[in-house]
Amino acid sequence: MEKEKNHSRPVEESDVKDNSRRDFLKKSALMTAVALTPVAAARAAEMHMDERLAQVFEKMPLHLEINGVAHNLMVEPRSTLLDILREQLDLTGTKKGCDMGQCGACTVHVDGHRVNSCLTLGIMVNGKKVTTIEGLAKGDQLHPMQEAFLKHDGFQCGYCTPGQIMSAVACVREGHANSEHEIREYMSGNICRCGAYPNIVNAIQEVKEGGMAI
Amino acid sequence: MKQFQYQRASTQQSVLDAISKPGTKIIAGGTNLVDHMKHGIIAPDKLVDITHLPLKGITPTKTGIHLGTLALNSAVAEDALVLQKQPLISMALRAGSSQQLRNMATVGGNIMQRTRCTYFYDTTMPCNKREPGTGCGALEGYNRMHAIFGASDKCIAVHPSDMCVALAALGASVIVVGKKGQRLIPFNEFHRLPDDHPELDNHLAKDEMIIGVDIPDNNFAKNSYYLKVRDRQSYAFALVSVAAALELSGTTIKKARLAMGGVAHKPWRLFEAEKFMEGKPVSEDTFKQAAQIAMQGAKAYENNAFKLKLAPASIVEALKHAAGIV
Repeated sequence: MEKEKNHSRPVEESDVKDNSRRDFLKKSALMTAVALTPVAAARAAEMHMDERLAQVFEKMPLHLEINGVAHNLMVEPRSTLLDILREQLDLTGTKKGCDMGQCGACTVHVDGHRVNSCLTLGIMVNGKKVTTIEGLAKGDQLHPMQEAFLKHDGFQCGYCTPGQIMSAVACVREGHANSEHEIREYMSGNICRCGAYPNIVNAIQEVKEGGMAI
Repeated sequence: MKQFQYQRASTQQSVLDAISKPGTKIIAGGTNLVDHMKHGIIAPDKLVDITHLPLKGITPTKTGIHLGTLALNSAVAEDALVLQKQPLISMALRAGSSQQLRNMATVGGNIMQRTRCTYFYDTTMPCNKREPGTGCGALEGYNRMHAIFGASDKCIAVHPSDMCVALAALGASVIVVGKKGQRLIPFNEFHRLPDDHPELDNHLAKDEMIIGVDIPDNNFAKNSYYLKVRDRQSYAFALVSVAAALELSGTTIKKARLAMGGVAHKPWRLFEAEKFMEGKPVSEDTFKQAAQIAMQGAKAYENNAFKLKLAPASIVEALKHAAGIV
């Protein structure tokens, strides 16, 4: 458990400065030699030695602006934007539903465009601006789409809601909220197991018809 | 997901150098590849990220439209030039996937996407495409989504793309580049049938990359239609889809283009049916006869016999929409 905690804490670049690549490679060569004996290999596996070393070697710097705040992180290339947001930055508003791009719970905006953060490798959006559900409200003032979802009861369990709202904001901004049919089509990437769809459509229509800049 | 090395490519040459080594895969939108890596379908040693190459453009050429391989599916679907000259492509793109995924997925990635056959995805099942020689789980399994044309006893999977069905109908060309230089592959010759090697989806060599697609000008814009039949109204793969494009002279069909999705290992162009329609009057009867020709050689499996009725009905419906007689 302790190891997992370490793993998920935000890792700043300075944390790994001392572990130079060369230093790692030496350790790595040693590890390989040691690992040739089955007993040592078993012991190393038990202690998660290989994983700990890999962590130092495999992480790459990632710069992101998230909800207006700049972050300099070290991430594994295999880390998805979703996992970086949730596990490294504690931005748990963005939800992990299917984790395979089918449910839309993980929808965030990257440079203003909605994407599935579960299929986005964090390293590939280096230098970009990310907006999550936490970035919509201005202080205590909710975003008009959040207000509309509350007013129209656009959810039951709420798990899909952050993704629905991020998608809904983008849907209006893109100009794809001109009719119920169009809203339903352009919101089809967000699945709601509770079936709050009619209320979600109502919420989006109200924001669209309100005509305010969102 | 297995660890991998990541390289951000800044030149085409560095991509070609990278993919010349085994275990290296190109990544762009990642909507298909990352999914595969999570499922354990593939585990590359290295990914080379091509999204920083200047290949995003959607541009007019002397003979048509050029789509850069990195043009996003959402950008192509809403591009003014595409909508004006090749609305079929826009219709097909909008019928596919969700807006979130279209905002990530690229033209090249769409062409390279792999089958959604559940036996391909389930690594505990046999699949000749995922692991050659293990057998085909779908052949005698639950094969409702599977092929009715061009399958082999090694694989009955279908190609999942909508965009590719439109590009096949419109006679586009895929522009690929390798160490030996550039070559054009006619769209209908890009993807392949499974035969004895279902692990190969297409004819792109291992050391080549797609850099774009050329779509030749045509007179189909006014009479094009993409019909997609699926289990729900949006955001599902096709049971059957039809790309229909007609050039009319009054009520006579001057030229016809027809292709189907969801029925074969590749976008299924229907040359014989096209030929039949040319010179014939626009009528439901013409379209029914064309559909009958299109279905020649179709073969169903235990759970997808419904496609033998659904496909011709969809062809007629799509052609009627294209001709404006609905």
